[in-house]
Amino acid sequence: MTEENQRRVVSVIVINEASVLSRITDLFSGRGYNITSLTVAPIPDSRYSRLTIVTAGSVRVIEQITKQLHKLIPVLRVYEHEDMVEKEMAMIKIPITENLSDINILCEAYNGKIVNTGENTIIAIVTDEPKRIDNFLNAIKRYNPKEIVRSGAVALER
Amino acid sequence: MQISGAQMVIEAFIAEGVDTVFGYPGGAIMNVYDEIYKQDKFQHILNRHEQASVHAAEGYSKASGKVGVAMITSGPGFTNAVTGLADAYMDSIPLVVISGQVPMSLIGTDAFQEIDAVGISRSCTKHNYLVTDAKDLPRILKEAFYIARTGRPGPVHIDIPKDVTAQIEEFDYDIELDLETYKPHTKGNPRQIKKAIEAIAKAKRPLFYLGGGIINANAAYEVREFVQKTGIPAVETFMARGVLSFDDKLLIGMLGMHGSYASNMAMSETDLVIGLGVRFDDRVTGKLSEFAKNADVIHVDIDPASISKLVNADYPIVGDVKNVVSDMLEQVGKIDSNNYESWRETIINFNELHPLTFHEDSERIKPQWVVKRVGELLGDDANISTDVGQHQMWAGQFYPFTRPRQFISSSGLGTMGFGFPAAIGVKAASPEKTSINFTGDGSILMNVQELMTAVEKKIPVINIILNNNFLGMVRQWQTLFYDKRHSETDLSVQPDFVKLAEAFGGIGYRVKTKEEFDAALKDAVEKNVVAFIEVIVHRMENVMPMVPSGGSLFNMMLLEKKGDK
Ligand SMILES: Cc1ncc(C[n+]2csc(CCOP(=O)(O)OP(=O)(O)O)c2C)c(N)n1
Ligand SMILES: [Mg+2]
Repeated sequence: MTEENQRRVVSVIVINEASVLSRITDLFSGRGYNITSLTVAPIPDSRYSRLTIVTAGSVRVIEQITKQLHKLIPVLRVYEHEDMVEKEMAMIKIPITENLSDINILCEAYNGKIVNTGENTIIAIVTDEPKRIDNFLNAIKRYNPKEIVRSGAVALER
Repeated sequence: MQISGAQMVIEAFIAEGVDTVFGYPGGAIMNVYDEIYKQDKFQHILNRHEQASVHAAEGYSKASGKVGVAMITSGPGFTNAVTGLADAYMDSIPLVVISGQVPMSLIGTDAFQEIDAVGISRSCTKHNYLVTDAKDLPRILKEAFYIARTGRPGPVHIDIPKDVTAQIEEFDYDIELDLETYKPHTKGNPRQIKKAIEAIAKAKRPLFYLGGGIINANAAYEVREFVQKTGIPAVETFMARGVLSFDDKLLIGMLGMHGSYASNMAMSETDLVIGLGVRFDDRVTGKLSEFAKNADVIHVDIDPASISKLVNADYPIVGDVKNVVSDMLEQVGKIDSNNYESWRETIINFNELHPLTFHEDSERIKPQWVVKRVGELLGDDANISTDVGQHQMWAGQFYPFTRPRQFISSSGLGTMGFGFPAAIGVKAASPEKTSINFTGDGSILMNVQELMTAVEKKIPVINIILNNNFLGMVRQWQTLFYDKRHSETDLSVQPDFVKLAEAFGGIGYRVKTKEEFDAALKDAVEKNVVAFIEVIVHRMENVMPMVPSGGSLFNMMLLEKKGDK
């Protein structure tokens, strides 16, 4: 039972109802755990939603949280494994005065492109693994992004 | 049938077989109280504080095995009840607690007596609901009772806005519950059970570690049979007192911080822990890395989250203890009780070396004597509740428990003020038994207003106040670990407990000798009235043995042998 902190991805299938999100996040906050990212959306044609939670913590505590998640009445299933396909999206707003073709090439390397051009700014979107999104956001810095928004990770077990 | 939300609550109670509701009215819950007034199917007991209503419901539930029910109003009514919810949550007590809420249109406006009740109760209930439409109420009520009593039991809280209690809708309680996400497994895995039996058969020094889950599962008699047939010695947690009868030869005693020397040594020397309905609480295990160090662990529990939470289980079995033990009993023939003969002898030797006892004092009554004496005089005829402190531990150590559900105490949360209201609930559930509350001069004042409840409803609870003029348990720690700096624990200034009881219409006794105590108890039992028996006991008595917090179970402070001083 190691105590060192590790990045963990937990997926939870829950009944889509009021207060279900706080029930889940309470289990993290009650232990002083931060949630790095959290995404929720309904699962089509069902009464369920799927949450993807990225957190960091000791294996033992995360295991305990996973068990407690199972215990919540509206929770159907909890997945907590290493072997997940993970993707995240980032949107960036960049002044139109920057080198747009360079930006476009950079975005393409991260499965993205420019999706909107306005009077003064453009918006680009990329979709990739969270680690690679970090890299992309580092690389894009030189083009003076005005705003950045990350979606948080979504994941599916293989 | 078309009825109001308030009537639905009443109908659901009747359908669930509720015969007693504990509560306290107020603005937001008045529609429901109006319906309580109109019915005669169940009794309502008006406690004098909402915390006491929930504790009474807990006592009722613990003594009867049924779901306890409490009802309170919004705002301060609800916040007063939170300690009770937390207490029931920690001790896995099935409750349905209903609170009023401000009308839907006012929620979120900081209305008079508005508080986010479900936000507060979320972390101290098994589940909770805010009802936004009376159409949902029949389902929610039915789910609440079901969730409270199944799986690992616990309190369920339903918050109902006032307009929802007035809303008229169709009521049908004959609905099938569709709880796709809540399916407690109750049957243990047969392969795991078989492996566990094989492990027991091979062990040389196996030990039953019996917990409160056995009582929740109504499995005490199966466990008694299992213990008997295997000849394996057993220790009980504080919560499991009464699973085995005190005179069972295989019962070593209670383990943990104030467990007996033999129990704690047995746990330290065993090679196979057979944990049934336990959760390896820190007050039981002491230092985890030293706990049952040389043992494999079988852990049977209904709650998967309890298994391997603190101590790794080599044989995890998720299931209802009653089912699992019944399944184990079918294979009990594979276990030869003769194998453990020398292990049993070892334990007898432990017990002879340091038996659980105390030293009498010629001047003042020793508190332990009082507990033992009540055991001698009332024994099986009494149900025993306690408050929290030294007196609680002495009750756990020295009362001769003979049956499950005889002992009712706040274990997980350790709530001072629990005892008296709980004993009222116990008496309401089990009127044929004498309801005793062992309490302290500190604890009794935390819900002393329940004198009025008990007197009004003629619920003759006998409170035995072991008066040491101290917050004794804290004083003990100060004496032992804070160099006798008794900071804010001296309760030399006290009310006149006799007059206090009398002021509410009860009877008070103040006793200083053993003879006076016997006479007072006899009188109180005969008169069958609400009583305070204040016993002036030795002030500086410590609960022994003691495993200092975080220490290893085998490193106990022990009672000084007579003449050691
Ligand atoms: C509500 C609450 N507050 C504080 C405590 C901490 N505490 C534990 S035991 C104790 C002393 C109890 O004194 P008393 O009721 O006289 O019992 P004694 O230990 O003297 O037998 C205190 C203050 C508690 N358990 N519960
Ligand atoms: Mg005291």
